[in-house]
Amino acid sequence: METTAATRAVTHILPGKVGVWWFLASEVMLFGGLIGSFIVSRLGSSGWSGEAAHLSVPVAAINTLVLLTSSMTMVMAFGAVEKGDPRGLRTYLFLTVLLGLTFLGIKAYEYSSEVAAGFTPVTGLFWSFYYTMTGLHALHVLAGIITNLALFVMARRGLRNQHRVELAGLYWHFVDIVWIFLFPLLYLT
Amino acid sequence: MSATTVHGHAAHAEHEHHDLGFIRTYVFSTDHKMIAKQFLFMGLFMLIIGGALALVVRWQLAWPETPVPGLGMILTETGGVIEPSHYNMAFTMHATIMIFFVVMPILAGAFGNFLIPLQIGARDMAFPTLNMLSFWTTFPAALIMIAGFFVPGGHAAAGWTSYTPLSSVAQYTGVNWGQNLWCISLFVMGVGSMMGSINYITTIINMRAPGMSLFRMPLALWSLFITAILLLLALPVLTSAAAMLLFDRTLGTNWFNPSQGGEPLLWQHLFWYFGHPEVYILILPAMGIASEILPVFCRKPIFGYHAMAFSMIGIAFLSWIVYGHHMFVSGMNPMLGLTFTITTMIIAVPSAIKTFNWLGTLWGGRITFPPPMLFALGFVSMFVIGGLSGIFMASTPVDIYIQDTYFIVAHIHYVVFGGSIMGAFAAIYFWFPKMFGRMTNNALGHVHFWLTIVAFNVTFFPMHIIGVGGQMRRIYNPMQYEFLQHQQHWNVIMTVGALVLGFSQILFAINFLMSIASGKKAPANPWNANTLEWLAESPPPHLNWGPRIPTVYRGPYEYSSPEGPEDWLPQDRLVVASSS
Repeated sequence: METTAATRAVTHILPGKVGVWWFLASEVMLFGGLIGSFIVSRLGSSGWSGEAAHLSVPVAAINTLVLLTSSMTMVMAFGAVEKGDPRGLRTYLFLTVLLGLTFLGIKAYEYSSEVAAGFTPVTGLFWSFYYTMTGLHALHVLAGIITNLALFVMARRGLRNQHRVELAGLYWHFVDIVWIFLFPLLYLT
Repeated sequence: MSATTVHGHAAHAEHEHHDLGFIRTYVFSTDHKMIAKQFLFMGLFMLIIGGALALVVRWQLAWPETPVPGLGMILTETGGVIEPSHYNMAFTMHATIMIFFVVMPILAGAFGNFLIPLQIGARDMAFPTLNMLSFWTTFPAALIMIAGFFVPGGHAAAGWTSYTPLSSVAQYTGVNWGQNLWCISLFVMGVGSMMGSINYITTIINMRAPGMSLFRMPLALWSLFITAILLLLALPVLTSAAAMLLFDRTLGTNWFNPSQGGEPLLWQHLFWYFGHPEVYILILPAMGIASEILPVFCRKPIFGYHAMAFSMIGIAFLSWIVYGHHMFVSGMNPMLGLTFTITTMIIAVPSAIKTFNWLGTLWGGRITFPPPMLFALGFVSMFVIGGLSGIFMASTPVDIYIQDTYFIVAHIHYVVFGGSIMGAFAAIYFWFPKMFGRMTNNALGHVHFWLTIVAFNVTFFPMHIIGVGGQMRRIYNPMQYEFLQHQQHWNVIMTVGALVLGFSQILFAINFLMSIASGKKAPANPWNANTLEWLAESPPPHLNWGPRIPTVYRGPYEYSSPEGPEDWLPQDRLVVASSS
């Protein structure tokens, strides 16, 4: 075993994994700034439930289901890696990408119907928060889709750098968890 | 970067420069030492811009509304006279540039990159490509920030804190794209610093040489490790706030606009939630650097190594719960104000532990005074003054009186110039031989130090006096106020001090550039220091070490130990107990 920088890990955890966990910590603070501002503003005002009533809870609930299912397929992709099953890996990565795209599609439908009803980011404070928080989240979903797509393409050449599936999975679950916070905060309060 | 590539490079490291070509070696380099130099040169270049802006501010305060020599070429329409809009822009951008593009790139960027792999005994960072991207994200951020000077309406002029609604409504300052670029630049810089700090943290956690346990790490590494964690967690809050401010200004949202249901105070909360950890991001690396330099030139172990490390951890935790002391007069609940007063007073405790430990290190040492030691001592003494004035204003009743006066300006400059910049100079003089393989000029270094420390105190100490005398921060012309006119002579003295301070840095520039070009060749360990970086050649080759990486057997500060033949014991030295 050569004594190179990348093979020597004091903690016996791959550098990529340590890096991703700290990256997620940073992401928590990014979303935390917005979510914290939202909660404080929400507590200090009385008229927001009226605004939130214009959002479609059933559509968002379906979307939540779609995203949660995508987390499941992501786990199954990782399971396929552990079993050494390249075919399963490709299938589940593809399903994850598909579900991610479905989520974005439904989100786009929501946006367009809200804008059509006259609710834009400048309509009021609630809508500024709504569009910024869900928009930032959607960008994160998009980044996850691109990552998973890249892994899908790489997986066509066999199971190389398999730990990257786990790293992408960490990120994907994080994006999922952010939505678990956003959904009740924006739609249900 | 996969293992095979690193190994491939190691096999023919001596041909590295021919292998990679100019672009990969000097521009898009993934070598942490080159990236460190890139950050250093960027920071020093921005220091010139930030310093020039400071002199413009000082000139206006001493001799209001008279033409500034040389400025007539830029401000042709006024013949060099600074107008209120220019003045606002100058102090805003002075602070913004100094904080985000001078102190952070030099201390965290340059020395973080340079020291982390060398001091832990690694060949490079955990993610070399990410490291390269980190610089090439920060650098465009600096360019965006500079671009703001050239847009119609001028650059941001709402103070470096950009309090809303002053900053969020373009009509209030008359600045349009300047403030937008300010937001965008900080947004981009936030991404760059996130990449850098993930790299630092992962490298320190994962890449330490055999035997390098956490409590054998040099304190500079502890400080950079903690700084990286603070950066990683604090900057995203500023990033979200900057995005919200930008949306308010461009899209027409109303987060910070009270007439549309927004809340201007929200900005202050978000800004200072980032801003107070930021203060420690600026000072912690300088603390680590001082802890590194003092033992070397006292030939004594650092006093209270563990206390030093734990006090830095304590500072990092406390820095999240003190931010409200920036907002005592914002109308917050007095009970909340009291809480922040108490937490702020508590944070003085770990800072005092560090100060007393530095003094304990000096006590009874065989002290020598080369330039790095002088600047490290300058750091300790100026930090004490800045720290003490910080305790005054932690107390709400005192703060209500002195807030937004020059007393605050004195405090911040004693901490950031007297602390961080002195630490940066100390670090540059100390690690210059390792970075560039050449020694700096000793005599020039001494002159630079004495001019700097004297001119620094002439410039900033009177600010305490005129601050208590009532001179407000950020005013354009103190002579407009009758009650300030009797202390105008202080303003003149301070400006003369600032001019001396500014121009004496030319000595540093000469020393720095001349030494790179033709300084005396540096040996591997010119200061007889213990830490691992001094085992490598000066400058260290690509991948730092020869075929074998060092193994660590001891802590970093074993000076004058009876175990060894010399008065220093490098960290990789295994002393077999001799049975005499």
